[in-house]
Amino acid sequence: MSYTSPIINFESVDKFYGNFHALKDITISVNSGERMVICGPSGSGKSTLIRCINGLENHNSGKLTVDGVEVFEGSKDIIRLRQEIGMVFQQFNLFPHLTVLENLTIGPIKVRKISKPEAEIMARKYLERVHIPEQAEKYPAELSGGQQQRVAIARSLCMESKILLFDEPTSALDPEMINEVLDVMVELADTGMTMVCVTHEMGFARKVADTMVFMDEGKIIEVAPPEKFFSKPDSDRCREFLEQILEH
Amino acid sequence: MGYNWQWYQIPKYIYRYTDNGFQFGELMFGLWTTITLSFSAFALAVILGLLLALLRLSGLFIGTKVAVCFLEFVRNIPLLVLVYLFYYVLGPVFKYDRYTASILCLAVYHSALISEILRAGINAVAQGQWEAAKSIGMSKAQMYRYIILPQSIRFMLPPMTGEVIHMVKSSAIVSVIAVAELTTLGQNIISDTYMAFEIWFTIAVIYMIVIMILSIGASQVERRYTVTN
Repeated sequence: MSYTSPIINFESVDKFYGNFHALKDITISVNSGERMVICGPSGSGKSTLIRCINGLENHNSGKLTVDGVEVFEGSKDIIRLRQEIGMVFQQFNLFPHLTVLENLTIGPIKVRKISKPEAEIMARKYLERVHIPEQAEKYPAELSGGQQQRVAIARSLCMESKILLFDEPTSALDPEMINEVLDVMVELADTGMTMVCVTHEMGFARKVADTMVFMDEGKIIEVAPPEKFFSKPDSDRCREFLEQILEH
Repeated sequence: MGYNWQWYQIPKYIYRYTDNGFQFGELMFGLWTTITLSFSAFALAVILGLLLALLRLSGLFIGTKVAVCFLEFVRNIPLLVLVYLFYYVLGPVFKYDRYTASILCLAVYHSALISEILRAGINAVAQGQWEAAKSIGMSKAQMYRYIILPQSIRFMLPPMTGEVIHMVKSSAIVSVIAVAELTTLGQNIISDTYMAFEIWFTIAVIYMIVIMILSIGASQVERRYTVTN
């Protein structure tokens, strides 16, 4: 077995929103190149968990390290660390005042200090990768939801980061557009990138996940490889949840 | 009423032909001063207002307090008192002339109002934009410069154009410290000629024309901006 070190490591992490205990004693790690899918009912803390990884939320206690750097509130390293962590949001969050190409190049140019022509070559390469090279000059508002989300994925790829986080990337999409986004994500998974993905798309999860995680009420209930997770999970709560979402 | 109207006297204060050819009259020089004064003060006010707004949004305890104190201080003093303060109190201390005093005073007064417009514009940008900008590793300055401010201009533009107009109008108040702008020159002409009615009507119309031109220009800018956006 090849040795892989954890690139993301949660150690007894707790997170509160006021009195609400959003994350309860989270201990979990993600290895470099691992593809982890997190699922669970809404309000279970999955989004909070994934948003802690790049410091969009700050945990209150415990220790979180990403790529060897500790993440904590007010950390000076977080800006540099975020360059190594791409994120794809439920609501796409493309920059509406920039064209697709500019959306993709602004990070490399301004943050990574890559020259503009070089950044544009890279941006077009990744647009090709997400199958929309012809949309480069358009504004986000001119694209369909599925196309916007693929642009958002390409934007994360352009930063050439080590880790990609997906926060319910298909939840805001019309049903007929979900597959075009999932296809791109499956292709990405094949490249060996470290991925942490919050999603309810169990077909996708079965296809790509190395590890399945089930969360409920701020706790991690079940961590298992997909074969075991989908056939005989240890916890009843997880089984109930899976029965409900796999029913239809 | 027995008032002796002398409208025929007015054109020479706007323009005249002399041996040297065409020349602008006093009122046009006054108008020029009003315009340069207003625009320099406005430019300064925008810079100051942006600093204030960013300070207020910085999340730093001291920054927020300083910004709020400044805002309350300026907003709760009549503009006239502020003019006197800047000319008769701060003027001698820092050794600047009346023109500088008027620019500084108008800039400070309007920066308080402008900072609120900017703050509202910045807050109107969706939270997700901040998150996306953060997630690609931008620093706070980069987020403002490349992502947030360009988007908030759309929200700021309508109240900002109102603020330019407000500035041109409130610039008349610096006539109390005898800066040679439109209102002051009008007063001077009246004290020479006693043509109060004609001159005040003329000045009112000049302000009106300038402000109408500004309003039309502003709505053009606004329209163009929304189309390209």
